Amino acid sequence: MLENLQENKNSDIQKRLPYLGYAILILIALIVLRIWYFQVLKGNYYRELSENNRLRIIKILPPRGIIYDREGIPLVENIPSFDISLILEDIYKEGDTISRLAKLIGIPEEEIKKKIEVAKRKEPFQPVKIKEKTSWEEVAVIEARKVDMPGVFVEVEVTRNYLYGDLGAHLIGHLGRITPEQAELEEYFNFPRDSLIGQWGIEKSFDSALRGIPGERIIEVDALGREVKVLAEKESIPGDDIYLTLDLNTQKTAENALGKEAGAIVAIDPNNGGILAFSSRPSLDPNMFSKGTQKQYWTEMMNNPLHPLMNRVTQSQVPPGSTFKIVMAAAGLETGKITPSTEVNCQGSIHFGNRDFRCWKAGGHGRVSLHRAIVESCDVYFYELGKKLGIDVISKYAEAFGLGKITGVPLPSEKTGLVPSTEWKNRALGKPWFPGETLSVSIGQGYLLVTPLQMAQVSASIANDGIIYKPQVVKRINGKNGYIDLLPEGTKIQINNGTMKFLRDAMAGVVEEPGGTGHRARSTIAKIGGKTGTSQIIGMKERVKSENIPKRFRDHAWFVAFAPAENARIAVASFVEHGGHGGAASAPLAKRVIEEYIKTINKSQVASNK
Amino acid sequence: MIDRRLIQNFDWILFLVTCILAFIGVFTIYSAAKTLTFKDGTLSTLPYYIKQIIWVGIGIVSLFVILFIDYRKLGKYSYVVYGFSLILLILVLFIGKSGMGAQRWFSFGPISFQPSELSKLFLIISLAWFLSEERSTPMRLRDLFQPVFFFLFLPLLLVLKQPDLGTAMMIFFIFTSMVLMAGVRWKSLLIIILPAVLTSPFWVKLFWNSLKGYQKARVLVFLKPDVDPLGVGYHIAQSKIAIGSGKIIGKGYLSGTQGQLRFLPERHTDFIFSIFAEEWGFLGSLVLIALYFFLIFWGIGIAKKAKDRLGALIAIGVVSMIATYLIVNVGMTLGLMPVVGLPLPFLSYGGTSVITAFMAIGILMNVKMRRFMLFY
Repeated sequence: MLENLQENKNSDIQKRLPYLGYAILILIALIVLRIWYFQVLKGNYYRELSENNRLRIIKILPPRGIIYDREGIPLVENIPSFDISLILEDIYKEGDTISRLAKLIGIPEEEIKKKIEVAKRKEPFQPVKIKEKTSWEEVAVIEARKVDMPGVFVEVEVTRNYLYGDLGAHLIGHLGRITPEQAELEEYFNFPRDSLIGQWGIEKSFDSALRGIPGERIIEVDALGREVKVLAEKESIPGDDIYLTLDLNTQKTAENALGKEAGAIVAIDPNNGGILAFSSRPSLDPNMFSKGTQKQYWTEMMNNPLHPLMNRVTQSQVPPGSTFKIVMAAAGLETGKITPSTEVNCQGSIHFGNRDFRCWKAGGHGRVSLHRAIVESCDVYFYELGKKLGIDVISKYAEAFGLGKITGVPLPSEKTGLVPSTEWKNRALGKPWFPGETLSVSIGQGYLLVTPLQMAQVSASIANDGIIYKPQVVKRINGKNGYIDLLPEGTKIQINNGTMKFLRDAMAGVVEEPGGTGHRARSTIAKIGGKTGTSQIIGMKERVKSENIPKRFRDHAWFVAFAPAENARIAVASFVEHGGHGGAASAPLAKRVIEEYIKTINKSQVASNK
Repeated sequence: MIDRRLIQNFDWILFLVTCILAFIGVFTIYSAAKTLTFKDGTLSTLPYYIKQIIWVGIGIVSLFVILFIDYRKLGKYSYVVYGFSLILLILVLFIGKSGMGAQRWFSFGPISFQPSELSKLFLIISLAWFLSEERSTPMRLRDLFQPVFFFLFLPLLLVLKQPDLGTAMMIFFIFTSMVLMAGVRWKSLLIIILPAVLTSPFWVKLFWNSLKGYQKARVLVFLKPDVDPLGVGYHIAQSKIAIGSGKIIGKGYLSGTQGQLRFLPERHTDFIFSIFAEEWGFLGSLVLIALYFFLIFWGIGIAKKAKDRLGALIAIGVVSMIATYLIVNVGMTLGLMPVVGLPLPFLSYGGTSVITAFMAIGILMNVKMRRFMLFY
């Protein structure tokens, strides 16, 4: 009775059960059919494949895109390099082969064994690199003895040769092996595990364009691992070429101008933000990195006290010194706190709070207007202006000029610099802002930090009536099916054109007028507008000539400039670490770069007019 | 306290077939792992086949432990255990050890443990408990909201976050077959299926975006075998060669060349069928599939004769789990399915998978043994 009741409760499920059975039956039948197809119908075919062994997929790496300067002069080339590699599965007697190989190429047996152990955990039939960048002699020796050592072969890999060595190395970058983390990314799936990809600079940020798409070849090999027959082939798609905004001649001049000094020169086109020159020194030789990391060179660079690995153009964060006075002047005029005719009497220092704030000129400048204050870089004028503006207004205008944030140049690891404000100090240091600190910021000292690229951008925005362009390094990407021109991206600063015009005149005065601190940049080729800056490293109790103190305590020398003063074609920031005075150490370098570029464009104009 | 009738009703045939499968598994692992040189970090000094014997031993013990607990009692407490297993899944997201680019392992000292495997069993029992409660049969649309949320949506969300594509598929199939067998009105079914089909592009996209790179690659290879990211297509090609080259009678035990030559990755776990089929040929494959076929249909028989809805639904859940494992795993080695990393129960190497499989059989036997029992 009871049992019947229970079964009735299940009767609907019992009725449906056959359908589950049919569904599973059909699926299993499909599986069996498929097994039958492989093992019975195509059994002979697969048996043959498995006996002759072996089907392998060889990746065909695409040629990497070439990097050209703005005129189409190649900066890099692809060259073959030879590695001695092993395919483990093809080795006949492991111990024998290792000891022979060790003798031939001069690598200890232990080291080879270690590499093999690591490789055993990876995918089968992938070549294991034993020695990279081998010489022709070794290649010849290995090729000759290949028959005695099955599994050993010479692998050809395409690598980069940077034609101008350390020129623009921080901009162009270099290649490196795919890291395990990168290998997990979808974009690198088609690449063999140890491929060379862009790991720094443009090589990295434009890697997706430059690297292309690998093809593959399915081959049949014999017992010795030699290719017997190509079963299928899919061609690789070459990487796109890219044309930089960089001008090779101007770049060379910038590199030479800095020479052995540590520092940075960056030149941009004020009309579109294109980078014309980008030099960070000391530089490094990307050819040393292009084939995996060369450990010894790397440690050398790491331990170099001048930090050649640092990209000073985008990563050096230092006070801008007096170059900041142009931002101050813009803030003063825009807020109406001063007019061009506002005068200040400079006595060589002012007393504020409980200390003296000195002007760089001990005797003082006397009565100066804003124009003269910029030309002669009078500190007292800007102390007074700073008092009137207050730190938060100053920081607002500094940010409007793009300071305190990344410029967005497409290069890895750009630094932001720092624009201090009361809110910032509260948050970061937990302390209130002291009015005296405003005076330091007013002459570009104190907490204020900028990068050379940001200062070049400030200079460019004054030259072009207030447009901040995102710095551009690539102007064209040239692929198989046509090209893409990258368009400038700019935002307008809300500042009057009249103010900008005033600043341009004042900056021209810095270079052209008597008493101007930038007179060393005076040029017969173009009318240059500029502003000097000297940023202090340590506070000096007394006025000391910088030549008389050790180099590492000397001031940083700044010069920001544009030319021609009206309708500018180039804006430059020149920064020499511990160079001393900006007018003396930095202005001549900026002048050389500007002259070279103006000459170049004049020449090409003459050429196109003909 | 155990009723003598329980022992009389012990399902010797099911137990025997299960043991034969496990036996085949140990032998195949011995052959497959002979040339494996890497270590998986757990009890690494022992060869794989010895470890597998230990796992099988633990599996048989767990099978018997489960027999002694009345499945109705299991059902009563299943919500608690199920909730606990969901918590484990959440935990594994935070403290799990990452293997093969996905977080789905727990490690307690030397033992690594994959909670998503066990959670399938708890899912089966608690879903069966839920569906067996008094409610209108067949179910209306509004009866479906609760089970869909607790037994499909929630676990799917968790395992896709890990992400474990195979388990997600498994959960979907177990849920679907159990709910359909419990009965859903035709009208309600249409109301669900139609919008699901219409909005499928959106779901597919959402699903696709939740996958990790290597999983996308596997699905891509399955859909378009000519693209070959990561060499996954290459492995499937090798698997096909291994299976096909076995021909009718196979190359003989320990004589498979494809497997021995390190052509196949994961050959002792996910690709164990390729090794078996290469060495034993079509005849061997038929025997193996027949054993699974027997297991599945024996299970359906148990469902049919079960005493109550709970027992029937539990048996249906276990049967669909084993069937999904078999079809997905073998389908994968044959290129019929994307490579999702589901093991072949009893054959594939691995503690969690072997123990889970034995426990599943234990639950099945449990239902069968108690079909003559009265409610106490």
